[in-house]
Amino acid sequence: MANTYTLIASNTLSSSAASVTFSSIPNTYTDLVVRCSVRSDYASTGDNITLTFNSNSSSIYSNTIVFGNGSSGVSQRNSAGNPGYVAYVVDGDVSTASTFGSVEIYLPSYTSSTNKPFSSFGARENNATAAVVAANAGLFASTSAISSIQIGLQFGPNFVSGSSFFLYGIKNS
Amino acid sequence: MTDTPTKVIVDCSTGEQTVVPLTAEEIAELEAAAAKAEADRLAAEQEAIAKQAEKEAIAAKLGLTKEELLKLLS
Repeated sequence: MANTYTLIASNTLSSSAASVTFSSIPNTYTDLVVRCSVRSDYASTGDNITLTFNSNSSSIYSNTIVFGNGSSGVSQRNSAGNPGYVAYVVDGDVSTASTFGSVEIYLPSYTSSTNKPFSSFGARENNATAAVVAANAGLFASTSAISSIQIGLQFGPNFVSGSSFFLYGIKNS
Repeated sequence: MTDTPTKVIVDCSTGEQTVVPLTAEEIAELEAAAAKAEADRLAAEQEAIAKQAEKEAIAAKLGLTKEELLKLLS
């Protein structure tokens, strides 16, 4: 059981940006956690986060997603995708003003020499009638330790000002 | 004139944060990826509409209304 939870780095955007990258991530932790509060300038109610690890844009990411909006639920599988996705958790440009989606992404054993699973749980709450909750199980099929994480948008192109990103390290001893 | 999109890089070893304008190549990649995602989204939407129409056609053949079909499938 993890007994530490340390903030490694964070950023709150003071102006819009297409992506935020945490680089030179130390290899001294057991697991990593990314927490975000995000809104996209995509002209829709919602957008999806993209994840690129180690600047690797090969088609070695896959994920399974379940999400629901209160009236319907969906489960879908994206195989060999590029890049990784954390779907349905970003408020879009036509969502209620100043609403942000929130998401936590968990990366266990990020320095191991095996493929890297990751999971996420998030919600897009717009203070109106279109709240969405989503969970993702992802895989980054690479045996390299994760030393950088780029967080982008599938549609975007930009995260709006005020979006915030936090990277935590967890040690098991 | 539109501002050049940027990316933010946070160096975890130094804490330094830099805002870097995207290169023309990165902008092109971003636009291509967004266009593909939009095309995929529209294709999925069309597929869902076609599937629904197919179900309703079958329901009509069976003499069921759309509402009756939905009850049957729920």
